[in-house]
Amino acid sequence: MAQFLEALVNGISLGSLYAIIALGYSMVYGIAKMLNFAHGDVIMVGGFAVFILMVSNGWQPLLAVIAAMFICTVLGMLIERLAYKPLRGAPSLAVLITAIGVSYFLQNAAQLLWGANPKFFTILDYGNLTVHIGDSQFNISIGKLLSVAVSVAIMVGLSLFTGKTRIGKSMRAVSEDRGAAQLMGINVNATIAITFAIGSALAAVAGAMLVGVYGVQLSPTTGAMPGIKAFTAAVFGGIGSIPGAMIGGILIGLIEILVGTFVSTDLKDALTFAVLIVMLVAKPTGLLGKPMREKV
Amino acid sequence: MKKLVSVLLALALCLSMTAVFAEDAVRIGVMGPFTGPAAAYGAAVRDAAIIAAEEINALGGLQIVLDTQDDEHNTEKAVNAYNTLKDNNVQLILGTTTTAPCIAVSVYAAEDRILMLTPSASSPDVLESDDNTVFQVCFTDPAQGTLSAQYIAQHGLATKVGVIYNNGDPYSTGIYETFMEEAAAEGLQVVAESTFTDADTDFSVQVASMKNAGAELVFLPIYYTPAAMIMNAAKSADYAPVFFGVDGMDGILTLEGFDTALAENVYLLTPFAADADDERTQSFVTKYTEAYGIVPNQFAADAYDGLYILYTACVNAGITAETSAAEACEKVMAQLLEMEYVGLTGTMTWNEDGTVSKTPKAVVIKDGVYVSAD
Repeated sequence: MAQFLEALVNGISLGSLYAIIALGYSMVYGIAKMLNFAHGDVIMVGGFAVFILMVSNGWQPLLAVIAAMFICTVLGMLIERLAYKPLRGAPSLAVLITAIGVSYFLQNAAQLLWGANPKFFTILDYGNLTVHIGDSQFNISIGKLLSVAVSVAIMVGLSLFTGKTRIGKSMRAVSEDRGAAQLMGINVNATIAITFAIGSALAAVAGAMLVGVYGVQLSPTTGAMPGIKAFTAAVFGGIGSIPGAMIGGILIGLIEILVGTFVSTDLKDALTFAVLIVMLVAKPTGLLGKPMREKV
Repeated sequence: MKKLVSVLLALALCLSMTAVFAEDAVRIGVMGPFTGPAAAYGAAVRDAAIIAAEEINALGGLQIVLDTQDDEHNTEKAVNAYNTLKDNNVQLILGTTTTAPCIAVSVYAAEDRILMLTPSASSPDVLESDDNTVFQVCFTDPAQGTLSAQYIAQHGLATKVGVIYNNGDPYSTGIYETFMEEAAAEGLQVVAESTFTDADTDFSVQVASMKNAGAELVFLPIYYTPAAMIMNAAKSADYAPVFFGVDGMDGILTLEGFDTALAENVYLLTPFAADADDERTQSFVTKYTEAYGIVPNQFAADAYDGLYILYTACVNAGITAETSAAEACEKVMAQLLEMEYVGLTGTMTWNEDGTVSKTPKAVVIKDGVYVSAD
């Protein structure tokens, strides 16, 4: 029982990390209609920003994370302006390849700038809670609990933002029909730039948590694998949907940890992706995805 | 005009050739990952080889020039680095540092008849190619697994043991297999086994399985970066077993930003302890620490020994700058099979297949430094 609960908690916390990354993928896809494969690498840049400010320059952890969010926001908007905006009218394949190119560029630039030696840092170190159930007990790291809280807060905040604010509404309008939105006087380019800014700021948070709370190594390829898992989560939940990304992330995290705990660590990735395939066969738009009719 | 150009070119050619022959020194290539996730090993090998070369050249006899090439612990890049060394006409190679690149390069080296003395590629697979030209300074993985199990049992470190290994890595699985065999023979109870691959970033599952099985000691036949992530995950789960590593654990104290307090009381099997009080070890440790600001690890010591082994063999076999790589290969090999070399990492002799025999020691991390575990 304790083992199951421990796995459950670990799965939810890992999943909430995937969810934060998936939110970035999902928003950009929903609004700009492109797969931003460089998103995982923005996470890595966020991690390095925190490392440099906090470990090398002695900043407060919270301040370093906020500064990293700012740095990633600027980076995200810069990438959008230089690499994606000139391709706005181009076929989606060209944009996809450009995104892969940006991903490689960021990885190699990071290796050049900061070297490939793995680095670590800690932003949350509040110890563990011990939970007793009958005779058995298990521990929950407070850092991981906080990361779940952070990701829920982010999801709620984003839902409110897109639902209530003027910019949020224009985002939804662009997502629904870009041409019509433009005719209604919405600045499509600015809206897409803001989407990238928000997605990249989230990536910085994810980077800080991945390394600082989960104790994962920071290296130029740190963002790649979590990026792929989070992309899977976004597709699983229905790409373009904010609650979908959250649910998808948590489910992927849970499946991964539960399979690893009760079946085999050798099979956890294989089974996670098998579940995705079965899911997509049954419901091609993902859990919460809306079926989009092709307009002719 | 054309004539002038060709005369100039011919002149340039002569000059460049004299440049080569003026360097009357034996050319030795050094290969390892100087960047990338295993950079601590390659840098240690390179830095120690530089110290050894300076000492040897200061003796005034046979001179050595080193040609260092980065392989990034990547098989393709290792083959490229090897080809660069070959193009640069090196006569002998000290390398590669890590196992997978060494396996890749060993095939080419055997074909080209270039001798490779690897300080630290410890898998028996590096010696597998036909007409193998690879020799090891370190002991092989199977030996590390066997010796670890013996050490744990004989020193009573634990009775319930868990193992976490990388099942995508021949180095890790090789040690794991022999450890399991010997653990059974020594009566150790292996209560949990768990695996991961290089793509894994979450270790909470592996750690939880060790903890729930009640393992008092976790054997980690893996490199130091995932080991650091496992220690972080163990901390989150409030689990503090004895961690026991092998040579791949060496480097854990050099990771930037890693809380070395988590590595306290970690055991690792290594042939070299920097606190040994013999004069040669002390002199090497002092020089290395002065030059690079860190205490040399086992890789550094293996590389230091490695260069001296090559030097001794070259002197005995009469190798000069003019000897071809193929000739140097045969002569040095013959020397290695005969010689008994006493180095920082013990007294070494070699078998026909390229394996070394020497005795291991264990060190334990106390207050952030290695101390000989008695």
